[in-house]
Amino acid sequence: MTPTLEFRDIVKTFGSGSTEVKAVSHISLSIQPGEFVAITGPSGCGKSTLLHLAGGLEPPSAGRVLVHGRDVVDMTPNQRAALRRTDVGYVFQSLNLVPALTALENVMLPLELDGVAARHARSHATDALRSVGLHEQLSRYPDDFSGGQRQRIAIARALVGERRLLLADEPTGALDTINSDQVVELLASLASERGVAIVMVTHEPRFASWADRVVFMRDGKIVSETSPDFGESVSAAVTS
Amino acid sequence: MAVREGLLALLQAEPHYGYQLKTEFEQATGGVWPLNVGQVYTTLDRLERDGLVSVRTGVDDQKLYSITLAGASALGDWWHAVPADEPPPRDELMLKVLMAIEDGEAHALDVVTRQRAALTELLQKRRRARSGESDGSDVAALLVTDALIVRAEADLRWLDVCESRILSMNAGTHRTRSAHRTRSTK
Ligand SMILES: Nc1ncnc2c1ncn2[C@@H]1O[C@H](COP(=O)(O)OP(=O)(O)OP(=O)(O)O)[C@@H](O)[C@H]1O
Ligand SMILES: [Mg+2]
Repeated sequence: MTPTLEFRDIVKTFGSGSTEVKAVSHISLSIQPGEFVAITGPSGCGKSTLLHLAGGLEPPSAGRVLVHGRDVVDMTPNQRAALRRTDVGYVFQSLNLVPALTALENVMLPLELDGVAARHARSHATDALRSVGLHEQLSRYPDDFSGGQRQRIAIARALVGERRLLLADEPTGALDTINSDQVVELLASLASERGVAIVMVTHEPRFASWADRVVFMRDGKIVSETSPDFGESVSAAVTS
Repeated sequence: MAVREGLLALLQAEPHYGYQLKTEFEQATGGVWPLNVGQVYTTLDRLERDGLVSVRTGVDDQKLYSITLAGASALGDWWHAVPADEPPPRDELMLKVLMAIEDGEAHALDVVTRQRAALTELLQKRRRARSGESDGSDVAALLVTDALIVRAEADLRWLDVCESRILSMNAGTHRTRSAHRTRSTK
């Protein structure tokens, strides 16, 4: 099966000379359809950078990033933009929604930007909202929802139009424990029931443990990961 | 441990036969605290010796146990008691990390990394077990799993703190120890 997302020996540096920072250093990782992967590690270890590379928001300094088997680096800027609109969804810690648009309009937005007819966009957006357990009061504005509900709307927007790769950077960051649990549980079920591949960055072991596989980073490298079948853990660190 | 008090608590509700106490104790503790029959009868013998339970003969000549007034009072004390001294903060995970730090930062990070991956897998397993049980029928079993999950989370959080402190220790001594570090990362 073609992995939904594949990193092949990725390096990402910022700056040059004495101010050079190696944010990501020789990372290889592949994520299958329906797989829920959590990435965790200390602040500054390169987690967000890795997500930016996955979504084609930043080019790698070396290595290849493949989404559905297609190399993001080889794409034209237009193709990359199309990839972000139609294949890859993003959820951030906060500030995900446009306050002046209703819940439904927020979720329709990526489709409308992509030129989908309003009638279709509306029906896809309603489906996406239903899949996150929100299908009532869709004409309310983001401020009228709770934090947990807002984040579910953001997840619906990230998935609308059958996007198969969801990248979430600390999606529980602004939420309390109960709401956070619900958001992470929702992500786990979207992966297992709808076959969405999900990469979630988190610093909370509690949330990481919902994932099928947990990847630990330090200093731009993967230092270990749990095996998906919960057997012996593979540790890259012990070989150094 | 607190098996004595557990049995007294069950007897507080009504008189029991020995084998009933075994079954009810195990149910109440969500199946994680199995007792053998011998242990139950030895404990009951001691409770009887101390005057905390009394025995009479029930059906089929079996011994039927009841709590005495002294037993009820001892049980009351137990519900109200709090640990007199904080338990010393000693456990194997902590010992491993502290010993590894003595041995050098690289080794310490290595130990943190391994322990964390193993604990996370354990947490994943418990999480799965938990979602299998979530119909809410057996509250005792759910609460026991919850306790295990929360403890694994606490250990993982502590390992995160260890990692951050070791890394900042490392950054603080960067200049003086850079030669050593270059060698050890090769
Ligand atoms: N645009 C940029 N320009 C320069 N340096 C950058 C840039 N983006 C990230 N970095 C550096 O790259 C490293 C990795 O940053 P990144 O944001 O990926 O970390 P992170 O693991 O997401 O941390 P946190 O948990 O704090 O969000 C850091 O040292 C950071 O300062
Ligand atoms: Mg980040």
